[in-house]
Amino acid sequence: MSTDNKLQVEAICHGTVIDHIPAHIGFKILNLFQMHGSDQRITIGLNLPSSALGSKDLIKIENVVISEDQASQLALYAPQATVNQIEDYQVVAKLPLTLPEVIQGVFRCPNSNCIAHGEPAVDSSFRVLSEADDVKLRCKYCEKVFSREIMTERH
Amino acid sequence: MANTLYNKHIISIPELSRDELALIVATAGELKARPNPTLLKNKVIASCFFEASTRTRLSFETAIQRLGGSVIGFPDGGNTSSGKKGETLADSVRVISSYVDGFVMRHPKEGAARLASEFSEGVPVVNGGDGANQHPTQTLLDLFSIYETQGRLDNLNIAMVGDLKYGRTVHSLTQALSKFEGNRFFYIAPDALAMPEHLLDELTAAGHPYSLHSSITDVVPELDVLYMTRVQKERFDESEYAHIKAAFILNAAMLRDAKPNMKVMHPLPRVDEITVDVDKTPHAYYFEQAENGVYAREALLALVLNEQVEGVAQ
Repeated sequence: MSTDNKLQVEAICHGTVIDHIPAHIGFKILNLFQMHGSDQRITIGLNLPSSALGSKDLIKIENVVISEDQASQLALYAPQATVNQIEDYQVVAKLPLTLPEVIQGVFRCPNSNCIAHGEPAVDSSFRVLSEADDVKLRCKYCEKVFSREIMTERH
Repeated sequence: MANTLYNKHIISIPELSRDELALIVATAGELKARPNPTLLKNKVIASCFFEASTRTRLSFETAIQRLGGSVIGFPDGGNTSSGKKGETLADSVRVISSYVDGFVMRHPKEGAARLASEFSEGVPVVNGGDGANQHPTQTLLDLFSIYETQGRLDNLNIAMVGDLKYGRTVHSLTQALSKFEGNRFFYIAPDALAMPEHLLDELTAAGHPYSLHSSITDVVPELDVLYMTRVQKERFDESEYAHIKAAFILNAAMLRDAKPNMKVMHPLPRVDEITVDVDKTPHAYYFEQAENGVYAREALLALVLNEQVEGVAQ
């Protein structure tokens, strides 16, 4: 399987590889990290074969090192993803994907009557509520609770 | 206990501890029994109603004036020049806070009070209602009324009736009473307006029993408090509403088996969910409850704006 992947997506010398992204989530992750405006070379694999997931997406970003904070945000979309930092074609670090306590300035509150809309001086802010496998987010302002799916699907 | 409410923003009921709720209730009782016209002397308090709410505004402003404070503000944000010019809430709050010692606000958007607390430069903000989210002072006057009529806030049987899905008063009252021990909750609502699941989960986590019902009369004999709210007619078709009316509108005959101490409460205004024959029964308490809004708000403002409030155990 890894041989197939190497054939399909070229190795990078320095940067970050985000692997085991559930299929169809890859573009959302590019959006999350605002990579669509980047000048760096980005290789995207969509619907690649995966023994664990059936099919998966994969992103390789040259010369960009994703921080642990950024990786935590990724955990909301793709908790099973792996984030590898690459130097000289070698994996030098694997970032743990742990959910953050707070997600700030990433999602727009789905509640259209939330004051966070239309107030330029404030960022959206959500507390992550995690119980077993169930992840929800509570808006700091309107206090409404939203499922992980509502947040990530709208983004 | 120490006055941990001093200089604190009052935004949301879940942020108040059991002791803080008990302190506000005790202070309201003190101020009702022994008025003190000096607790807000020389304080100027903004009463900014970005959305009209006659009863809440008048009771806040009465509370401020009865404690010797002065009020500035407006009754309807739509008529202010800053509103018409499109000023952001953050900027309005920054400016108004620089004039006053305390800031009472009501706003149609959820989260407005929280946002205001971030821009008030340390001036305490009291939420007078933010959209469908929180209305903490309503809950405080509800708690005070329950304490006044039952002599305690624990080991009570409380029923909540009506629109439990969208009704912020029943959500906040549930959250507040769940901080006290031994309370049992009865939720009576049409299926379409049932109590939100996440609040029921919170009750379970806190170890409070609850049950769901479709008729008031089934539970009346067990109750200490029957808290009514309005079922909005427009949420149902005509035949459905006719059925709902029978089960969720309270009349005097339905109270025949009530315990003598049982009180009927309602945040008001009522439309037709409590018939007027209930007013004459010893169980009706909604007008006293509305009056208690002044004492609960007096207590809250006195505690937020004074490090110590004389005459109250602290």
